[in-house]
Amino acid sequence: MEQLHYRHVAAARARGAKAQALVGVVASGDLEVLVQRTLPDRECEVEIRTAIAGFADVWQAVVADFVERRSPGGLKLSVNDGGARPDMVALRLAQAVRAVGEPA
Amino acid sequence: MTSALSWYESTARQRLAGLLDASSFGEFIGPEQRETSSHLAVFDLPAQFDDGMIVGHGTLDGTRVWVAAQEGRFMGGAVGEVHGAKLTGLLRAARESSPRPVLILLDTGGVRLQEANAGELAIAEIMRALIDARLAGVPVIGLIGGRAGCYGGGGLIAACCSALAISEQGRIGVSGPEVIETHRGVEEFDSQDRALVWRTMGGKHRRLLGGAELFVDDSLEGFRAAAATLIRQAPALDAATLEAEQARLEQRLERFGGCADARDVWASLGAADARAIPSMDTQEFIALADRLAPSRHDAR
Repeated sequence: MEQLHYRHVAAARARGAKAQALVGVVASGDLEVLVQRTLPDRECEVEIRTAIAGFADVWQAVVADFVERRSPGGLKLSVNDGGARPDMVALRLAQAVRAVGEPA
Repeated sequence: MTSALSWYESTARQRLAGLLDASSFGEFIGPEQRETSSHLAVFDLPAQFDDGMIVGHGTLDGTRVWVAAQEGRFMGGAVGEVHGAKLTGLLRAARESSPRPVLILLDTGGVRLQEANAGELAIAEIMRALIDARLAGVPVIGLIGGRAGCYGGGGLIAACCSALAISEQGRIGVSGPEVIETHRGVEEFDSQDRALVWRTMGGKHRRLLGGAELFVDDSLEGFRAAAATLIRQAPALDAATLEAEQARLEQRLERFGGCADARDVWASLGAADARAIPSMDTQEFIALADRLAPSRHDAR
């Protein structure tokens, strides 16, 4: 099991007031993302657990792109991966920010 | 949440959202508590934060209920140690704290093989807790219409419930199609023959044979309506119910014991064209089933 951990500074605090949200399922080609609003306004952390070892470069690129596009300040995202492709990962991360961005 | 959404295609969390009154669901041991399986890492398999089992409480048309939902897409909804303990705990709460109806959204292939003994024990504990809850007067309703069907220990849990609702996509069994084929040969049961699998284990056959009380449309609204009906009609678990069940099973064996195929059973029940049943739409089938085999509210 490979564990990856990324810390970023986001451009702004993520919108919304919900404390947490969960999207996706740990199924083949899919992943789950637990997003929690627990960090200072500009910080963002992404923790990944995946059984598919050796793709840290791709994860790093997808996460960096996600932080730049979605500005998930204040959010900690925890990922359990079921072997998702990078496009699926990007969609689930964006969906998590949308879900936690709803009114409380 | 659109109530016309397919139950089969929805996740466990979407099913709960569509089943219960809006925003009424409260979760116990939610994903943020990260009570994951400690066994999966040994096999280098990824965990899920809720271990594929979501338990909590909510209201259904204003009635307070306990709910448990299996996520059939995570490891085929298979029952591991944590997954099982969450359901056992909910059933004990139903008996000990307040006697509200319990809804179990079953979607499972049975015991999680990576957690073999812990999973088998969990099934036994769930059955014990379920029976104890029913003896205390708590209705326990099973809702079956997910991708994984309801097999192995899940089939045993279903058999312990007060009443079941099933959709066409739902399947109930103990040994699944592949298991039967592996042990008895492809001549006995061809697991690749989808039509055979569905007419032997699927929702329509289970309804006609008396294994499930209600046949429902594959939609969140269909299951919501069925659950609301069944919590009002659940039979008591007492000697009279069990004797009625024994008599019903004896009659069933006598009547259909010689049938080689589900279609023979349907023909014996009086279906004019048994071959047409698999392609009937929901309303047409419910009307036929109510005529051929009135729903029975004893145990299974």
